[in-house]
This record gives sequence, C-alpha cells and structure tokens, in this order.
Amino acid sequence: MFLFKLLLRNAFRHKLRTALTMVGLVVAICAFGLLRTILGAWYAGVEASSSTRLITRSAISLTFPLPLNYAQRLKGVDGVTSVSWANWFGGIYITERNFFPQFAVEPASYLALYPEYVLSDEHRQAFLRDRKGAVVGRKLADQFGWKVGDQIPLRGTIFPGTWSFTLRGIWDGIDDKTDESQMLIHWGYLNESLRARLGRRADFVGVYVVGIDEPNNAALISQRIDALFKNSLAETLTETEKAFQLSFVSMSEAILVAVEAVSYIIILIIMAVMANTMTMTARERLAEYATLKTLGFAPGFISMLLFGESLLIALLGGVAGLLVTLPLAAVFRKAVGTLFPVFQVSDLTMALQLSAALVVGMVAAAWPAWRMSRIDIVQGLRHVG
Amino acid sequence: MRGLPLSYIARNLWVRRVTTLLTAAGMALVVYVFATVLMMSEGIRATLVATGQPNNVMVLRRGAGAEINSGIAREQAAIVDSLPAIATDALGRRLLSKEPVVLNNLPKRGSGKPSNVTVRGTSEVGLELRPQVKLIEGRMFRAGSSEIIAGQAVTKGFQGASLGESMRFAGRDWTVVGVFDGGRTGFDSELWGDSEQMMQAFRRTAFSSVVFRLADADAFDAVKAGLESDPRLTLEAKREVRFYEEQSEALAKFISILGTTLSVIFSIGAIVGAMITMFAAVASRIGEIGTLRALGFRRSAVLAAFLLESLLLSLAGGLVGLAAASFMQAVDISTTNFQTFAELAFQFRLTPQIALQTLVFALCMGFVGGFIPAWRAGRLKIVDCLREA
Repeated sequence: MFLFKLLLRNAFRHKLRTALTMVGLVVAICAFGLLRTILGAWYAGVEASSSTRLITRSAISLTFPLPLNYAQRLKGVDGVTSVSWANWFGGIYITERNFFPQFAVEPASYLALYPEYVLSDEHRQAFLRDRKGAVVGRKLADQFGWKVGDQIPLRGTIFPGTWSFTLRGIWDGIDDKTDESQMLIHWGYLNESLRARLGRRADFVGVYVVGIDEPNNAALISQRIDALFKNSLAETLTETEKAFQLSFVSMSEAILVAVEAVSYIIILIIMAVMANTMTMTARERLAEYATLKTLGFAPGFISMLLFGESLLIALLGGVAGLLVTLPLAAVFRKAVGTLFPVFQVSDLTMALQLSAALVVGMVAAAWPAWRMSRIDIVQGLRHVG
Repeated sequence: MRGLPLSYIARNLWVRRVTTLLTAAGMALVVYVFATVLMMSEGIRATLVATGQPNNVMVLRRGAGAEINSGIAREQAAIVDSLPAIATDALGRRLLSKEPVVLNNLPKRGSGKPSNVTVRGTSEVGLELRPQVKLIEGRMFRAGSSEIIAGQAVTKGFQGASLGESMRFAGRDWTVVGVFDGGRTGFDSELWGDSEQMMQAFRRTAFSSVVFRLADADAFDAVKAGLESDPRLTLEAKREVRFYEEQSEALAKFISILGTTLSVIFSIGAIVGAMITMFAAVASRIGEIGTLRALGFRRSAVLAAFLLESLLLSLAGGLVGLAAASFMQAVDISTTNFQTFAELAFQFRLTPQIALQTLVFALCMGFVGGFIPAWRAGRLKIVDCLREA
C-alpha cells in the first residue's frame, strides 16, 4: 500500500508532463482501437456469412452472367435444399456519393435463404406482391430517411436508364453482425424490362445462392455443382459464402495490410514519447535514487519504482483511451453511414488496447530502470538536478 | 541585442541526446506515415494518368463510367469508325481500335489466390494508339490466333503469364507469346489478345470501348458533340487522359483522406512528445535563461531560441522520416481499384512537392509543440530565474 502511494505521488510530481504523456497515450490507444475496428468492419461480411449457403458464379469472373436455366439443374444436385439468384444492380441514388449495394433477387426463395433479415409478415407480403417494390435494411432506411411507401429513384450504370422502386418493407438484422445496408428488388421486374428493351440480355443471372443441408458437405457439393457445368458454355465456380466474401476482402489486401501496419506505428510513436518521459524523470531523480541506495534499498527496488510508475501512467492512459474509444466509435459509425455495414469495437480489440498500453509502459521504463539500478552512489549524490 | 547564435541552440539538443533522439524518432514515424500515404496516392494517380494519351478519345456507352460496364454494339462501333476526324498512320490505316474488355479471375503467383485481371481484345492498331507500350520479350500476338501478350506486372504477379507459358480461360488455352512494358501505366496490369478472338471466346456480342486518335486535337469538342447528339448512338466520348484520371480519383482520394486523417491524429502524439521535451528543456535551464536575460538578451530572443530548438528537432525528425519514406519508392505494390474492380500495379512516387509538404508538416508539429514552452521561457522574470538557479 505504501509502495503504491509512493508510485502515485511520483507519477504526479510533474503534473504537466504526466498529463501531456497521458493525452498522448489516450490519443494513441484510441486511434489504435479505431483502426483495428475499421479493419474488423472490412471483414464483417465474412463474419456474417452462413455456412449453409454456397455461391455459384461464372468461372471467368463475377462480371459474367450465368443462364437462368441453371436454376433447375442446381436444384437437382444432391444435398441442395434451395436455390435463389441475384444480380448486382449497380444503381446510383442521386449522386455517386450515396453508394449502397442493390441486388435484384428472386424474392421468395432469397428471403427464405437469408433468415437473418427479419421482416414483418405484412412487409414481406407487400414486397412479394409488388413487382416494382423494394425492401431495404434498417440502417440504409435511416440514412436516407426513407419510409415505407416512398419512391426510390435509381440511375442505372449496368442497366441503362432511370428506375423507380416503391419501398415496401424495412428489415432488421437478427444480430449486430447482419448487414442492414442493402436494398433488394425483384429480379423478375428487371428481367422483363431488359427483355422489352434489349432482348438478348434477358434471362441471365449474376450469382446463384445455393442452400445446402449439411455444412460439412460444402466442399463436396461445390465440386458436384462445378462438375455438372464443366465444359459447358458457362462454366461455374462454387464456393462457400465465406470464401466468396473473403475474395472481396483480399482484393484490397494491400490497403488492409498498410492500415494494420500503421496501427502498430502509432503504438511505436507513443512508445518513443513515453520512453522520453521516463528517461527525463529518471535523470532528474538521480540524486534521490542514489540516496535510496545509500539507505540500503536494493537496485531491484529502484527498477521496480520506475517500472511501477511507468506502468501506472500507461495503464491510466490506456484505460482512459479505451473509455474514449467507445463513444468515438459510435460517432464514427453515424458519420460513415452505410460505408461499413457493421462497425463494432470487439472484445479482442479492447484486450489488445490494454495490452498495448502495458507493453508501452514496460518498454518505456526498461532503459531508465536498467541505468538507474546501476548508478554509482557517489556520482549520483554529486549530481545536481 | 541580436538573437542567440544557432550553435548554442543546436548544442542544447546534442547535450540531451537520448531525449532528442526519442522525440525525433516519434516525429519521424509520423512523418513517415504522412509521406508514404501521399506517395501512394500520387503513385496511383500518376500510373493512371500516364495511361491516357492526349490525342486519344475513348468512347463508352453513356453513363457506363468504366470499360467493364460498357457495351457498344457492332453497328454503333461502325458508325464511330466512319468519323472523318480520325487520324491515319503511315500505312494509311485508320487509328481506331474496337476493344472488348473483360475481367478475368486468375490465380496469383505464390499465394494462388484469385484476383481480377483486365483482359483486353485489341489489334496492331491498338498497340500503335498507345506508343508508351513496348514489347520487351517475345513478339506481338498474331491476328486470329489464341495468342496473348502480357503486361509486366501481370507476368510478375499471375500464374502462367510468363513468356512461353499458357493460361486457361474462357474455354481455351492461350499462349503467352510476348511480354510488354506499359511504361508504368495501367496497361502493365493487363493481358492483350486479338479483338475478334476475345469476342468469340467470351461470347460477347458487343465491344466495351472504342478508342481512336484525332487527327487534330482541337477537333475534340466538335467530335464529342457530333457523337453524343447522333440519335443512332447512346455513347459518350471522353479524352483518354480525362477518362483514366477519373478511374484513379476514388481510390487516390480514399487513400489520401484516410492517410491524412491518420497522420493528423498521430501528430498529436508527436506534438505532445515535443512539448514534454521542450518544457523539460526550459525547466532545466531556468538559471541559464535568467543569465541570458541579465546579459541583455530580450524576451523575444529567448522565445525565438527555444522555438528554433523545437523546429530544429522536428526538422531532424522530418528528414529521417522522409528518408525512410523515400526507400518505399523501390517497392512495387498492387491492389484492386474498386472503380474498375481490376488489379492495378503501381509504385510509391516521391515528388518535390510531396517532400516539401512533408517537411512543412514536420515543422508545423515542431512549432505547435514548441510554442507554449518557448512562450513560458520568454515570460520568466529575471529575478525568479536567478533565484531558482
């Protein structure tokens, strides 16, 4: 107890310096936490994917469509329980800045495959009945202030022209991981419009979503599907939803790696700042430590004093940083809107923030502690200020 | 009386080596992040801007924005082909290329992870339209055959893309007969083959884009107006330079905004470090300050001395950070451009402007961190100083 009091007094002897160091720590730990959360948000789609869904797409690339008649053949594959399909619509709502994903889907089977989109029966029926209808996630609706019954105009980039949809329902995610930033429309309506206007572009789908009975058989069923269409005009590539989502994440891998590296650099920066503080503190107290040694305290005790003080400051700063992170993340979440469908500070991130603070405290005290435990008493006593 | 000599200021930093080193190291890290981000953003921009040629015009379907979204039917392409403003080469061929552009998901070397490569169908004329593209190995593909040539970055990054190897996609085996140097442009990340062969293999009925060279660069506005008002066409024309500039906008902007925000947040840490150091410097030299003042140096001279010390400290950090960042120029990186959805290889690029921006940023940190301590040093009373010493 006495020791702790000594540490506390020591830590706040230079109030201004300690306060500044702590400000630095709070900023660093908080920035570290936010960066890791951003990284986590990138992987959110992967986390939210279900193990009972497979995605079948063209083997060439995602931009190549598959024929509609594959649906029937997919249903016949052993282990497949249901089949739905979706097209990326790629429309622009007012300006390019308002980006959000829109999928033209086969509504009844798609909603059945995605039970995590919780939609009231009334909304579901209204959507199924209206071919020009749309449903959106809660977050997206909140961002643009849409209410059920509103008209949503979209300017097509892949499918030319201006399209208008009536909002028929808003879904809530079953948990925090569910994407609430998408918009679903009727594939049938899109297809009919295309047939009327362009003829030959109709009856094609972007990806098939395949429901399977047994997650453990995912690899086997994927192989069966791809074998079925081998050497056809449109070969397929089937993978689990997780692998499919991961392939998107890995596209921006270079940027993600950079962000991760940068999140550690901030810890290094604060380490340098903190080490500086401890070195200065130790230098000023040279005479004191010499006195302590004269009184018979072991070198280990002096090291302990320094380590204790450093850890105390680092932990206080770290905890404060952690506490600031949570409200800041909430503000950030509001500001970015639907850019990141899910934005949550994970438990692991919080644990890492605290351990980062501890490491900073340890490393910062290492050099001064080693120096001070070895000082020559006579020299130390001679030293002034 | 004049200000304090610079050697006095510099020596003060030298006396407290460890502290100076640690503070400068913190600043160097911030500067490193700042400079690297600017270099990355500039690298992407420069790569894509260099992809365009000033006299070339790019025609896409209206509203498409990118080549892969676009579709130009053969009839429409033929109408564009008949424009009188198109230049001809020495052999009398019209400098116009109708190109199908598709994304192809191919495995990368090493990791085997698939990534999107742009496959472009083109012709001899297409090569002529892009004088920056030069074959460095092998030969040009023969028209009407399943031969392709690969950009340097593709050869390095993707399986089966070296000279003599073959790649399988769209139901065929394609032999790589040449490797070209795209001159640090987006073409480095592409595969080129015969236009008509690509149309058949990928079962396309429409081209993605039509590129042509204008005989007279000033005719662009007239040509654009003519194309876009033609009722038979639903196309839009852009200068090639402008088109590629737009392709780089979102990614370059994203990186620079993300990076600048991060650097500014990080700089708080470094500024705090500088402030701690300078406060300590002032506190340990109170007696000295008193003596200087008693000798007749003015308050402003003392303030300037401490401020200069802080600026010198940050300049040292800035230079170290910048030097470290300049090594990044040797690194090749590639990422997916989310506007085109395709892999783009580029390099970090350090321009004099970035170097200047970086150093100014470093000095700003030094100024902000050093001003309050220097101000306090200047405000101290002579009597108090001398009594305390």
